[in-house]
Amino acid sequence: MAIEVNDANFDAMVLKNELPVLVDFWAPWCGPCRAVAPIIDEISKEFEGKVAVCKVNVDEAQAAPSRFGIRAIPTLIMFKDGEVVDQVTGAVAKDNILQMINKAF
Amino acid sequence: MQAFDAVVVGAGPAGLNAALYLVRAGFKTALIERNSAGGQVLSTSEIENYLGFPKGVKGYELADLFSAHADAYPVQRLRGDVVSMESTEENGKMHILHMQEGEDIKARAVIIATGAGNRPLGIKEEQMYKGKGVSYCALCDGNFYRGLDVAVVGGGDAALEEALYLSRIVNKVYIIHRREGFRGTQIYLDKIRSMPEKIELVTSCVVDSLDGEPNLKKVVVRHVQSGEKREIAAEGLFVYIGHVPNAQFAPAELERNEQGFLITDQEMQTKIPGIFAAGDIRAKLCRQVCTAVGDGATAASSAIRYLEHLNA
Ligand SMILES: Cc1cc2nc3c(=O)[nH]c(=O)nc-3n(C[C@H](O)[C@H](O)[C@H](O)COP(=O)(O)OP(=O)(O)OC[C@H]3O[C@@H](n4cnc5c(N)ncnc54)[C@H](O)[C@@H]3O)c2cc1C
Repeated sequence: MAIEVNDANFDAMVLKNELPVLVDFWAPWCGPCRAVAPIIDEISKEFEGKVAVCKVNVDEAQAAPSRFGIRAIPTLIMFKDGEVVDQVTGAVAKDNILQMINKAF
Repeated sequence: MQAFDAVVVGAGPAGLNAALYLVRAGFKTALIERNSAGGQVLSTSEIENYLGFPKGVKGYELADLFSAHADAYPVQRLRGDVVSMESTEENGKMHILHMQEGEDIKARAVIIATGAGNRPLGIKEEQMYKGKGVSYCALCDGNFYRGLDVAVVGGGDAALEEALYLSRIVNKVYIIHRREGFRGTQIYLDKIRSMPEKIELVTSCVVDSLDGEPNLKKVVVRHVQSGEKREIAAEGLFVYIGHVPNAQFAPAELERNEQGFLITDQEMQTKIPGIFAAGDIRAKLCRQVCTAVGDGATAASSAIRYLEHLNA
């Protein structure tokens, strides 16, 4: 399962993580977020130990989304060594997410 | 290869209802969905015109109710993306579905209920501003524009309904529509016209270009007759200009209209025996939750008649 991350632990869990990190910015009332959620969970299992998969609920964490200029959800951002490698917005297909992950390797 | 009597592709209202009817009739039924159940209903803020909900219902609540109803019966839910399909002869017609990942799935009857996606504006800056101002889901992204000015493009019900939703969050909404008159329902128009300081109608105009760095700041519209341009200061642009069918995977032999929607008879039967279509994927006048649900029931009934005939 993806790890829930908030403003307090965002730096530690995402920016300082030794693994590449896929972050899903979402909210419970957002339909397309719910549409991609099962794909995110699948990816977190498939890439266990290789990619850390985190979820940020934008209702609960506001600082992290605004730091990365998030204006739409779901937004998925791929981080490596604290830097943004790639990002996509909307309920995209699993393939697009896998391509994004590949850019971190 | 997993085999079923019937496979329904797409778990929007049409597909969920078709699966419900099939499984209640005693057929071994799979329902394949690439995302989670609900389809476009998941991205709709408020549905006011579905019978049985006099106070309206939030899209995701209705989606959950639909999904729970299907789950009350042994429908086999499969997650995956159908990328193509073909028909073979195996003791009569058999349809094989090829998945993006994993094994093929086969069935005697297939109901295509894959609905539709947003029609993009088709201007060159659109992709660049996606997630930086351009949005196709007011419910998802509206909150990021609290107190700001935004524009909605389109003149149908989805555009009007989502403009009303946004008007409760943002400072001002411009509705950009290419015609003078609106196709949308009168009740939405009356509401919109009752708040001219909150919602401004920009008619007979199309979006010409977008500007701003790094986020959208300005929408330039062009009058369709005079060609005159006007700049609108808006940080968000919500696009509701219609739909494109999710029919890429469907057999090329199926009849389509000029926009690519699948043509069926009134019993939802396509040109290929055993393949049915239901919901927004069909060429039809009224694309709504209620018609999708109705199509689903009709398609399932046709499929049931077809399967019974095969077994007879
Ligand atoms: C903003 C907005 C507002 C709306 N407001 C209203 C309203 O107020 N009232 C109303 O009645 N209607 C409204 N509608 C229309 C209504 O939502 C649709 O008519 C209805 O959802 C159509 O149902 P469907 O099952 O045919 O298709 P969809 O809801 O589009 O569902 C299709 C499903 O198929 C899946 N799928 C697609 N391709 C594949 C594939 N290859 N493999 C696997 N799965 C696939 C999709 O992920 C999706 O879940 C609105 C729509 C929008 C976008």
